[in-house]
Amino acid sequence: MPIFFIGLDRDKSVLPSPLIGKKIPEFTLPSLINSELQIDSSEMLSNTFLFNVWATWCAGCLEEHEFLMKLSESNEIPIVGLNWRDNHNDALAWLRDYGNPYTIIAEDVSGRVAIDWGVYGAPESFLVDSNGIIVHKHLGPLDDDIWERDFRAIINDAN
Amino acid sequence: MIYGKGTLGLLLMMRINKNNVFLSLFLCMIMSHIHAIDSGLAFNDPELQQRYETLISEIRCLVCQNQSIKSSNVFLAVDLRNEVRIMISEGKSNKEIADFLADRYGEFILYRPRFKSSTVFIWLAPFIFLIIGLFVVFKVVRKKILTQ
Repeated sequence: MPIFFIGLDRDKSVLPSPLIGKKIPEFTLPSLINSELQIDSSEMLSNTFLFNVWATWCAGCLEEHEFLMKLSESNEIPIVGLNWRDNHNDALAWLRDYGNPYTIIAEDVSGRVAIDWGVYGAPESFLVDSNGIIVHKHLGPLDDDIWERDFRAIINDAN
Repeated sequence: MIYGKGTLGLLLMMRINKNNVFLSLFLCMIMSHIHAIDSGLAFNDPELQQRYETLISEIRCLVCQNQSIKSSNVFLAVDLRNEVRIMISEGKSNKEIADFLADRYGEFILYRPRFKSSTVFIWLAPFIFLIIGLFVVFKVVRKKILTQ
């Protein structure tokens, strides 16, 4: 009988990612800011970074934007953005209006790269270590508490 | 039966139109019959089309969890249907397609989990319970026979 109660208190919408502990899925995508520039995932390796999936149609992304701006100003970690299935001009306008916390932003118009990352609901944030291994994933908007609890300890360990 | 589902729904609605709950129910009834936007045939070959339809009805839409990607129009479901279609035309097997999806999204995306160490209990549980059940029945029956 007790077996039926295991997991009842878990949030069913948050699924464990099978990518944790694995190398990041490789990709080459145009930069959102400068479409002529190609972003190659292998160039991002060698230091710990935050990979953040966002879009202008995503309400949670606006919610976490202020936190991302603060994080970027603190220079704690580079933030790589994946603009997921968005309208190019809307995305640029959003960055103009709310500020750009990203070091670089890859533009995934077709959503093909997002599939490789197992993305199913923006915002999603992946912590990638200096070996290019995904060490943590967070689904939903980031904030100070989540950062302190789930990310900072792993980053400190890695450094 | 004579009127068909739509007419029956309409008749129901006319009788209880004061209640918004029934209007919502009626809308749900119609909505469930709207087909996916890419509902045209994905393949000309009926055999491949059949395989495609079976596969996409066994892949969970993670955004709208109790639907398969066959019955959802969320763009991720559209993207994944497209991905499945490409993989079939590339000659990938059903297992390769299931592996592709589970490697990225986890076992949960498949309505029928693959047989592996983390899912072995799901697969074997019915047989284990059957054996326990048979054992209990055997014990009870034997006790009855012995006490008679």
